[in-house]
Amino acid sequence: MSRIINTPLTDEVTCSLHAGDRVLLNGIIYTGRDAAHKRLAELLERGEKLPFELNGQIIYYVGPCPAKPGNVIGSAGPTTSGRMDAYAPGLMEMGLKGMIGKGSRSKDVIDSIVRHKCVYFAAIGGAGALLAEAIKEAEIVAFADLGPEAIYKLKVENFPVTVIVDAEGKDLYEIGRSQYKR
Amino acid sequence: MRELSTDVITNTVERLCMESNYFLPWDVKKALEDAVLKEESPVGRDTLLDILKNAEIAERNQVPICQDTGLTVVFVELGQDLRLVGGDFNEAINEGVRRGYKNGYLRKSAVDDPFLVRKNTGDNTPAIIHTTIVKGDKLKIIIAPKGGGSENMSALRMLTPSEGIKGIKKFVVDTVDKAGSNPCPPVIVGVGIGGTIEMTALIAKKALLRTVGEHNPNPEVAKLENELLEEINNLGIGPQGFGGRITALAVNIETFPAHLASMPVAVNIQCHAARHKEAVL
Repeated sequence: MSRIINTPLTDEVTCSLHAGDRVLLNGIIYTGRDAAHKRLAELLERGEKLPFELNGQIIYYVGPCPAKPGNVIGSAGPTTSGRMDAYAPGLMEMGLKGMIGKGSRSKDVIDSIVRHKCVYFAAIGGAGALLAEAIKEAEIVAFADLGPEAIYKLKVENFPVTVIVDAEGKDLYEIGRSQYKR
Repeated sequence: MRELSTDVITNTVERLCMESNYFLPWDVKKALEDAVLKEESPVGRDTLLDILKNAEIAERNQVPICQDTGLTVVFVELGQDLRLVGGDFNEAINEGVRRGYKNGYLRKSAVDDPFLVRKNTGDNTPAIIHTTIVKGDKLKIIIAPKGGGSENMSALRMLTPSEGIKGIKKFVVDTVDKAGSNPCPPVIVGVGIGGTIEMTALIAKKALLRTVGEHNPNPEVAKLENELLEEINNLGIGPQGFGGRITALAVNIETFPAHLASMPVAVNIQCHAARHKEAVL
């Protein structure tokens, strides 16, 4: 059974999520991957304003395919989150509440998730066609010159994710592996 | 002498770029269906079913299986009795890639330099082209788009001959273990053993083109494939790393004679979107 959750996220919601929970997200999420994160970090370093309000928001690590005519977006599955590890703690410090990607996170990121009561979700890697069906609107909000790496504002309906790291720092990748290791 | 226009090559590459990204090969689908039956983890089973559902949607809507439509790896076998006419051979392939990625609404994932500005080339070129000259008057083209997530988890090591089978096993299993959930398991593990540093990497990549379920014709090598698959699936990583029995669908090993002093091993990891499509002209 999946739990239905609306964005933006609050502490109350993030603290009620547990590693392994399956969630259907509804509302607005933002995209961002390698190059966009680098630019966000540069803006923060210079003390400049970010292109969107981070408070309570979720960043989805994705670089979608171009939309076919008549479609909202092209295939849009998660990219490997570890490459954003260097930037994630700084963004959580600024109010980011959730991240969607795939793959393990560093100890620093997990510590930040606990400190700021955040959550790390995974979407199914390589299921870009399936996930795109849950994206109902897509609009570029920053860094259009980056092409697939631009920041999009997405409106999602029942976007399927799994809680990997919860606000207590429990990690499904560790738990799951130990359960089935032989 | 038989002639072939490079325009035909361009058109074929364009078509194969799209088809390889939209249609999951039948053997991979079958392996995923078999995996659903073998997987013990309920979450793992659901994940495999979602992966199969994704392939159906991609096929029906003719959209990419995965948004990472890869760098375009192209294997060409050029018959020595075939004469190419028209334009430049490599440019004909790159033009096909350009058109395929534009007209097929595929993501452009190539940057023009690896560590300076990293500006997107905008058309997914250059393709990674491997050409061999073979007998006959045909031209075989295989397009194998390769995503970054699984490629990043690949590894190569120059083992010494004394490390033997034990050393090979340890390196392969450790590489998959360390990759964990990152390369989108269930994966296919391509292993190259022997040759020089570039040859071992190349045969590891070629091993990924083999039909899932087929083994190396050498029974000793096939035995090693089975043993490695079992050890990898005992890691417990499971579909998407959520925990489970199916971490890999197959381990495919290719070998090549080696130097007296060397035993290089390359591990090329392929995500479950194991895409490749070929044509013979």
